[in-house]
Amino acid sequence: MSEIVSEEGGILTAPHVLEYPYRRSVGPVLGRFFTELRAGRIVGLRTQQGRVLAPPQEYDPETGAATGSDFVEIGPGGVVTTWSWVVRPRAKQPLDRPFAWALVKLDGADTAMLHAVDAGDLSRMRTGMRVRPRWRAERVGHIHDIECFEPEPQATADNGLGGERQRAGAAGDGGQRARGERQRAGELAMAEEAQKPVTNIKTPMRLEYRYSAGIATSRFLHGIAQGKILGQRCPSCSKVYVPPRGSCPRCAVATEEEVELSDKGTITTYAIVRVPSESIDVPLPFASVHVLLDGADLPMFSVVQECPLDQIRMGMRVQAVWVPREQLGPTLQSIRYFKPIDEPDVPAEKLQETV
Amino acid sequence: MARLCAVAGIGQTQYSARRDDVSIAGLLREAATRALEDAGMDWPDIEAVVVGKAPDMFEGVMMPELYLADALGCSGKPMLRVHTAGSVGGSTAIVAASLVQAGIHERVLTVSFEKQSESNAMWALTVKTPLQASVVAGAGGYFAPLVRAYMNRSGAPDDTGIRVALKDRRNALKNPYAHLRDPNMSFDTIASSPMLWDPIRLHEACPSSDGACALVLTSERSVRKTKYAPAWIHATSMRSEPTQFAGQEKVNPQSGRDCAKDVYKKAGISDPRKQIDMAEIYVPFSWFEPMWMENLGFAPVGEGWKMTYEGATALDGDMPVNCSGGVLSSNPIGASGMIRFAEAAMQVRGQAGEHQVDGARIALGHAYGGGSQFFSMWIVGSAKP
Amino acid sequence: MRDVAIVSFASAPNRRTDLRNEVEILMPVVQEAVARSGIARPFDFTCSGSSDFLQGTPFAFVIALDAAGAWPPIAESHVEMDGAWALYEAWVKIQAGQAETALVYAFGKSSPGDLPEVLATQLDPYLVAPLWPDSVSLAALQARAWLEKTGNSERDLAAIAVRSRRDAKANPNATLSGDFEIAKLLAEPYVAAPLRAHDCSPSCDGAVAVVLAAGDRARGVCKRPAWIRGIDHRIEPHALGMRDLTVSSSTRIAGEKAGVGNGAVDLAELHAPFTHQEAILREALGLGAGVAVNPSGGALTANPMMAAGLARIGEAASRIWDGSARRAIAHATSGPCLQQNLVCVLEGE
Repeated sequence: MSEIVSEEGGILTAPHVLEYPYRRSVGPVLGRFFTELRAGRIVGLRTQQGRVLAPPQEYDPETGAATGSDFVEIGPGGVVTTWSWVVRPRAKQPLDRPFAWALVKLDGADTAMLHAVDAGDLSRMRTGMRVRPRWRAERVGHIHDIECFEPEPQATADNGLGGERQRAGAAGDGGQRARGERQRAGELAMAEEAQKPVTNIKTPMRLEYRYSAGIATSRFLHGIAQGKILGQRCPSCSKVYVPPRGSCPRCAVATEEEVELSDKGTITTYAIVRVPSESIDVPLPFASVHVLLDGADLPMFSVVQECPLDQIRMGMRVQAVWVPREQLGPTLQSIRYFKPIDEPDVPAEKLQETV
Repeated sequence: MARLCAVAGIGQTQYSARRDDVSIAGLLREAATRALEDAGMDWPDIEAVVVGKAPDMFEGVMMPELYLADALGCSGKPMLRVHTAGSVGGSTAIVAASLVQAGIHERVLTVSFEKQSESNAMWALTVKTPLQASVVAGAGGYFAPLVRAYMNRSGAPDDTGIRVALKDRRNALKNPYAHLRDPNMSFDTIASSPMLWDPIRLHEACPSSDGACALVLTSERSVRKTKYAPAWIHATSMRSEPTQFAGQEKVNPQSGRDCAKDVYKKAGISDPRKQIDMAEIYVPFSWFEPMWMENLGFAPVGEGWKMTYEGATALDGDMPVNCSGGVLSSNPIGASGMIRFAEAAMQVRGQAGEHQVDGARIALGHAYGGGSQFFSMWIVGSAKP
Repeated sequence: MRDVAIVSFASAPNRRTDLRNEVEILMPVVQEAVARSGIARPFDFTCSGSSDFLQGTPFAFVIALDAAGAWPPIAESHVEMDGAWALYEAWVKIQAGQAETALVYAFGKSSPGDLPEVLATQLDPYLVAPLWPDSVSLAALQARAWLEKTGNSERDLAAIAVRSRRDAKANPNATLSGDFEIAKLLAEPYVAAPLRAHDCSPSCDGAVAVVLAAGDRARGVCKRPAWIRGIDHRIEPHALGMRDLTVSSSTRIAGEKAGVGNGAVDLAELHAPFTHQEAILREALGLGAGVAVNPSGGALTANPMMAAGLARIGEAASRIWDGSARRAIAHATSGPCLQQNLVCVLEGE
């Protein structure tokens, strides 16, 4: 079965991906920051106390007050206040070759912002070095509009003049490039002014895990792979659980004794589902049921097919329909569904205890 | 030992399907600043903050209190984040109250929220785990069979759920914060709405909302003179039971019954139906109203549906339930429990505006979560206990 | 303030990868802590700590409840934080007179995911998380800032690792332990400069449980209860560029409020998942050279995420019980680069 990937000492593991294309509304303060990024500018936010926060924060960490809207253009270059070197970048990170993470205090800002620095080699990184943003050609209003930072061409440690020279557009390769960049950014800015401000950003997430079923579930699924349904009996209350979890939640003790159960059972309650669900692959509408297998004391969740929906009822006798023998595997999908069988209904009074 | 705790400030956001105008921080801030204003306080007055919300997957931010510390003025202050599934809004209020009751803090801000439009509620609730059975179709799919079992046992008329939904949605028209406010909602529109998980119809089910609710809880001596006198916490209680075990009563859960008995005992209430003036309870699917009426001891087992039928739970009934419109009208999952607790407090403060129950002096706030296994409740009053 | 003590503590083996499910790992730990406490169930209050993001599935704490014994129904709550904060919540409950005994537990399986990457989801969702900076890289930023400010060296950091691993030899629940040479460790490559593998903690799958009891109840079951004389926690601004990463101001404040300085400290269990953080915390708490730090080996030798802070409290309490300490400090941390910190002062009578 494709769901199962591996087995260690009898315990089954399978991949699990947590993934969602989160879309976030950003509010007015971050919205302005991202709109400026799209235009190729970086802005900070001046608090009432005169401190320029970069990136802008909606609320002042020191006073708790809302920070207002006194935006001020900062950078584009700045100083590295501390850094670390990533030896083996992860796929989601800004660069696919070794790079530095750095806190960068942009010119005009009082706080530092985190981003990547493409220095090429660990030996090129220094606290106090000057860096400038490498803008993406196509920007959308996102922190990724800055692909990363890079060392300024004439970067030397604590060269206080470097920044001034650049802003003044003085002679020198770095100055010309910066001027040219600002001009291009300016042209783009005029075109962007016609666009609407940024109100939302996309921040997709994908995290991969290797999920382990644990001992009890693995034993159960191995049984399923052999066409058997194995429950476990609690040594304290003697109730039989299926699927077993290796413990009785009522008694808070481990369960070990295996009990083979019939694949016949009784519907204790049900619902007719008419709305799609990501986790179920059955055509709508379908009957979602609680089935109490003969010999078990706890119903398990499943679906019923091969039965008109208006005939589904509490007390109805059903039996599991398995996949063909050669397709059996250690997964609950080996049981396709339950179907009605020709046996008298179980009376309501007997069902009360086990909804 | 336990000191008195006052509900001195209450704030709610406008609930809607998607609050596109704010960041997550902005959403909480809206509720929190309203609560502070209501309490006559400002950020520096708050000594500790307790945040509550449901699973982090809703917003895709792990442990969001870390990111929210600045938005809630927490630098240098203690901050906690509670998560007890659907009952979390209530549990969060209870944890915040205990900080005051223990004499540790004078003024505590507590905020519960969900900005679930950042993802999708049904996805987040039922993230598919490999190697496990996954045949439960969302929360509705889980509860619908329990509703059917209740209908079977009680013999309640089929349209009981429709009547509850109609009442709650009409009440919501009197609550400016509510998400669903449709003046055209009628018995027929509800009855003819699509059946989602039979027997639960679309308009008998809660919406998915963005929103936040905040409370300022204070000691007796920290209460300030404001427009409304505070609500006083008379009792709090929490009870939990396992998700599923053999022989478990799931329609009328023991943990709910025990929690109610405990909170009544602590509040000195011997006849809840008579002594409690109104209740805000967690009803995400309309049939839970009659079920909870029985679970809370307001009606004998099998007769909760009669309270709905007789109009007892209407705004002008003898036990008004969910005058705010309830979870059926607004459901930011992490906040819903606290909204119930807040609305109960608003009632005894005379602060509920158009949906005020005249003369309400003792009110119950109730929240539940998980597979009907986590319950949190509080009793609040106009007078000190 | 009421007298509240820790009366028992138990921990899972802290294997790097434990293929058992959460209940299978947690149940024996809870059973051991309960048995050792001498207190019969039900506890007046139960509180746990865990995080859904570790395994990427919601409601981890709900599944774990099966291990706690929630029948008949119990008064129970949960924080999506390290178990140290669950202990705090339980302590508050007892202070409020709403409980006399409490069971506190925490658990987490880090092995299913890439923990340093998972922790990137704790960061500002608009400005930082989309860059996916892993937790080790961020800790390394802090390490560099600290090294440059203090003039200390990577050798000093390696010495902390060597000491911790040596001490861990006596801890049956350590993930790694042994005798190592500084020079050999320093010859290993950087993971995120200036941090090497030995500067980082070995994440593992684990669980911890602790029992609290008030006043005479504690005296009735425990010969030498570990009294909580003070406990406090504080949080700092979230953005790394907004704070001084070379000091831990929230730890200093929490330590002052908890009364660390009110007496001589025999030992401190500090939740430092990175070597340089131990030094920062030591300084924030004003611990002199005479104070033994992390005799258990600390998080550097076993880091069950979401339970490591609670484990520090349990380990400190153990040394009160066995008489090797009269006054001990325990600390827990949460968030990137020590953003949030909890300090607990324990005393034997």
